[in-house]
Amino acid sequence: MPSTRPKLAVFKFASCDGCQLTLLDCEDELLALAGRIEIADFREASRRVVEGPFDLTLVEGSVTTPEDIPRLHEIRANSRVLVTIGACATAGGIQGLRNFADVAEYQRVVYAHPEYIRSLATSTPIQDHVPVDFELRGCPISRAQLLEVISAYLGGRSPNVPRESVCVECKRRGTVCVVVAHGTPCLGPVTQTGCGAICPSFHRGCYGCFGPQDTSNAPALSQKLVQLGMDSPSLARFYRTFNANAPAFRAASDAARPSPSPEGA
Amino acid sequence: MTDRTISVDYLARVEGEGALRVRIHERAVDSVELAIFEPPRYFEAFLRGRSYFEAPDITARICGICPVAYQMSACHAMERGLGLSIAPEVRALRRLLYCGEWIESHALHVYLLHLPDFFGVPDAIHLAKDHREVVERGLALKRAGNELMTVLGGREIHPINVRVGGFYRVPARDELEALRPSLANALYLAEETVRLTASLSFPDLENDYEFVSLRHPDEYPMNEGEVVSSRGLRIPMARYDEEFREIQVPYSHALHSVRRDGGSYLVGPMARYANNRDRLGPRADAIVREVGLEPVVRNPFRSVIVRAVEMVYACEEALRIIDGYRPPDRPYVEADGALATDGCVAITEAPRGMLYHRYRLDATGTIRDARIVAPTSQNQKRIEEDVRAVVERSIDLESEPLTVACEQAIRNHDPCISCATHFLSLDLVRD
Repeated sequence: MPSTRPKLAVFKFASCDGCQLTLLDCEDELLALAGRIEIADFREASRRVVEGPFDLTLVEGSVTTPEDIPRLHEIRANSRVLVTIGACATAGGIQGLRNFADVAEYQRVVYAHPEYIRSLATSTPIQDHVPVDFELRGCPISRAQLLEVISAYLGGRSPNVPRESVCVECKRRGTVCVVVAHGTPCLGPVTQTGCGAICPSFHRGCYGCFGPQDTSNAPALSQKLVQLGMDSPSLARFYRTFNANAPAFRAASDAARPSPSPEGA
Repeated sequence: MTDRTISVDYLARVEGEGALRVRIHERAVDSVELAIFEPPRYFEAFLRGRSYFEAPDITARICGICPVAYQMSACHAMERGLGLSIAPEVRALRRLLYCGEWIESHALHVYLLHLPDFFGVPDAIHLAKDHREVVERGLALKRAGNELMTVLGGREIHPINVRVGGFYRVPARDELEALRPSLANALYLAEETVRLTASLSFPDLENDYEFVSLRHPDEYPMNEGEVVSSRGLRIPMARYDEEFREIQVPYSHALHSVRRDGGSYLVGPMARYANNRDRLGPRADAIVREVGLEPVVRNPFRSVIVRAVEMVYACEEALRIIDGYRPPDRPYVEADGALATDGCVAITEAPRGMLYHRYRLDATGTIRDARIVAPTSQNQKRIEEDVRAVVERSIDLESEPLTVACEQAIRNHDPCISCATHFLSLDLVRD
């Protein structure tokens, strides 16, 4: 008898698997969730595959091979709602550092047997290729936000995911500002919250794993970071990690180091 | 029918994207190919030009299942090259963090990925229909590992508290004390896991493995030790490249590691246990005796019991470390001497086996060369041989059950394809 529960699918492109693992990390909710939805296609968790169309599809990872593109279009056509999960799917991920590499330099890259490998010169987010209904940020995503997104779409409403900066979260938690108190470089002022502002609570500056906050002022932060003693290459690298290709971080890193780096990073 | 092919186009319940193709001619296996089609992500290329200090956080993103392993190998490699010595209290905390990852990763594999095979169900959700308490036990164990990583590392996936030289912030005693009830419960649940897995029925198959792992003078190995093998190899970590090499095969995006003579070898729980049975703690030792587990496990399907034993060990070791914990004077030490070095090398024991990192730094501490060898790269060739052995002894099975048996032969070694793929060496001609 066909199931009447909504169908969930999880698909992977270039990634570390950490964001889909977040679903299996919902130890307290997993069995209850499996009662409400049908896990139709989630290869990391099950060898059973139920045909689409899917009511909710989670996509992890970035587009890095020619085969990814038709596969992604097929997934989109088969999904009522498509949500990208994590920095790879929403901004190209750490593997997006290749996008900064000098093309001429890359042409001089030598493999032992390059003919065995098919790979694009860029790593791009899912939304560059197909329409996306919602993007969940983070490297990795937050478990609470993932559960919120699933509940919201099952209930036919929009997810309630905060868009403010990590700074706001630190104030709410009562965490002492690491920039003000210790002069520690921190991307908190320009980064969207969602992690819970963990790094400053461990006496460490935010390193931007949830990507740029929508209304942030990166040039002002860069000026402050230079005053704290950061040199240009370090400043460029600070913005160029897991969300390096998110437009605001990309612009900030290009401003810190105007000419393309031969190292690609 | 004289020729047939067993194909699995997308292996399920493994981490990452792989496929299997077995060609059978008459009643003999022609070829076995574990094809890893997960796209390469070029970590070794873009690590060049980054600061030595960034390696732990960047390499953690190779694998969301075992990020601590990458952080540990990267930190130890940099510290060895830079001549940093780590306080014993910091060393203990690192071991505690690793215990959290072993518990989480092994619980994930045993309960959510491996056990469904033994019960003939497609996944843990279906397993929970008739054996809800079993799955709940697995989830509780997994949560205990994750809680430990969250307290010490800040979060369970890609922890943020690890740095070259130590930790950003070390926990107060009472923060660790608060973990004691959950770990004590996890210890009991892990012992139950050994009893459950030891009571399963297993196919009758023994393979002649060369088991390779670390071995430490007084501990079950995690962060330190010599590289040893069950065939008598015993070398310091820095000589790894002399004894092991990588080869590229046409059908896979991951390199295969082989011994110097071209032979396969096995890393991971079966290897650690075979080489370090005498280093287990008292609770793990007692449960091994209780269920009568052989001192060297050569049946790959029985690896599920060894993983359960390692969970017992990781729980008791975590409790022991918390008992003796006192915060270090300083959470970390910093490099103050010369940064140029080609001596950055370390191996640590990821849940799936030895993880090798080697780096060369210039005078500014910038990475000029990076090499990383993941456990699954090292096991790939051996996994193919395991599949061949399973097919040879079950050659008369229909294709469907034979396919299931092949998949299980792969899952026995908990392959992490995401890890294995990202190491296709790129050599920039410049530099």
